[in-house]
Amino acid sequence: MGKELWKGNEAIAEAAIRAGCDCFFGYPITPQSEVPEYMSVHLPQHGGVFVQSESEIAAINMVYGAGGAGMRAMTSSSSPGISLKQEGITYLAGAEVPAVIVNCMRGGPGLGTIQPSQADYYQATRGGGNGDYRTVVLAPSNVQETVDFVQEAFDIADQYRNPVMVVCDGLIGQMMEPIEWRPVPKRDLPPKTWAANGTKNHTGRNIINSLFIAPEDCDDHNVHLAKKYAEIERSEVRWEERDCDDADIVITAYGTPARIALTALEALRAEGIKVGLFRPITLWPFPEKALHDLAGQSHVKAFLDVELSSTGQMLDDVRLAVEGRKPISYLGHAGGAMPTVEEMAACAREALKEAQ
Amino acid sequence: MCAAAFCTHRLTLVTGHYGTGKTEFAVNLALALAAEGQAVTLADLDIVNPYFRSRERRPELQQAGVRLISSSQACSDADVPALPAELLGVFQDRSRRGVLDIGGDPVGARVLARFRPQLLNEDYQLLYVLNANRPEVRTMESAISYLRGIETVTGLTCSGIVNNTHLCGETTAADVRKGAALAEAVSAATGIGIVCHTARQDLAPLLSDLPETVFPIQIYMKKPWE
Repeated sequence: MGKELWKGNEAIAEAAIRAGCDCFFGYPITPQSEVPEYMSVHLPQHGGVFVQSESEIAAINMVYGAGGAGMRAMTSSSSPGISLKQEGITYLAGAEVPAVIVNCMRGGPGLGTIQPSQADYYQATRGGGNGDYRTVVLAPSNVQETVDFVQEAFDIADQYRNPVMVVCDGLIGQMMEPIEWRPVPKRDLPPKTWAANGTKNHTGRNIINSLFIAPEDCDDHNVHLAKKYAEIERSEVRWEERDCDDADIVITAYGTPARIALTALEALRAEGIKVGLFRPITLWPFPEKALHDLAGQSHVKAFLDVELSSTGQMLDDVRLAVEGRKPISYLGHAGGAMPTVEEMAACAREALKEAQ
Repeated sequence: MCAAAFCTHRLTLVTGHYGTGKTEFAVNLALALAAEGQAVTLADLDIVNPYFRSRERRPELQQAGVRLISSSQACSDADVPALPAELLGVFQDRSRRGVLDIGGDPVGARVLARFRPQLLNEDYQLLYVLNANRPEVRTMESAISYLRGIETVTGLTCSGIVNNTHLCGETTAADVRKGAALAEAVSAATGIGIVCHTARQDLAPLLSDLPETVFPIQIYMKKPWE
């Protein structure tokens, strides 16, 4: 089968269907509305259930119910809609219900803009809801990775009984790119013996709940979750390094800025400037050790973090990993403005000059 | 190649399934007509998709002498399906050629329905852009289904097929030929002629054996890293 031309959002929906998504619950919002639109036509044709809910809050709670019954359940939205879903996500995490949540990020705060953004990094990686919890966060930087990651997200969610987020900026959702459908790595998934789907195959009751009245029970539950998160940190962290082996300056970026960085990298290398790209693929778990080790290399003089965010959010994780051993510059735009190749190259030159 | 030779009507309505490359074709067509000395207005009437719009190419278009009219110009990054009154000038001013870049699918083409009375009095052609690499229009049946859907919501008749089959930067001559075969099948089944095949300028010389015009295009609708 040759390559096909897909729009990011419709590819997200098709990938979910191919991964065996049973139920999709969502509400339209630009720039991700093609996800529910495609699902509404195609998911029922594959025997699945599509519901356009009355709100984002309803959608995430429908995911909670369907996921709790053992279904492969999914929702998608864009930044303000994902904010509305945060309560549901902490319940999913607390009750250990697998689910896939796609955030096609747009500018904020508040209603912001419908143009691309990455300003939901904190929300995705720190847990936008209450309590100590983590969601696995996959950050594709092209449409091919997006379809691969959406398919894998269902397996990761089922393996760890944990919500998994796929975050892309609006550009990835809206753009057309050639992709091919390829199998995702096979995981040995445990049977869902915990699912609250009746007593047909077992006696006793399965209860989906995130409430623990006794403090000791809640403490035990949190210890159990923390152990699970530590295991995910060990097993699921992913990143990509490009030309970092001899780099004087390393750009850290994910998603669309990482694509722009690759073009800047070519231009700078052509000038003789040794620049590399460190691209986190999982935002949580963040590739902290890999970046820590890279910062320890004597050839690396400085870092330049680039995000679609005015203040910088991943920048905090970059700083934690670099531990002050090398200077870190920042380039960010918010509200849909994109850093240009020339701007990124100029910032990298400047950062290197300052470090030297 | 002369754009005026295959684009023989005063107004050209560019429709198709979304993601087939309507905007790239519309921008190239407007610039080609302008380069041939025609007074051209390009109207960006996409009320569906707020990204990758012909209005993003305003500087290049203005420099080439193409007048650009875009939906919701006062608030160009909002997804408000508002159309400017200026648009009526495209229908009324018969001294200018008009290229109308319409949103994807029947839902995007609906914007044309309100202008049907004006259009019927004008010399126009409704073109249907095909891309055989788009999964939802890659078979003759599905391509015709979208075409008929667009005709139904607009109340207009399609009179030409544009084979714009591409795979972004990975496009080869084989992709264009695959699209030519699909366009031929759609044409044979519907009786609607093939207006042209588009091909990036470097690929066009490899396709001179195709029976219809090959329209060499430049890529204007670039991504931020291109």
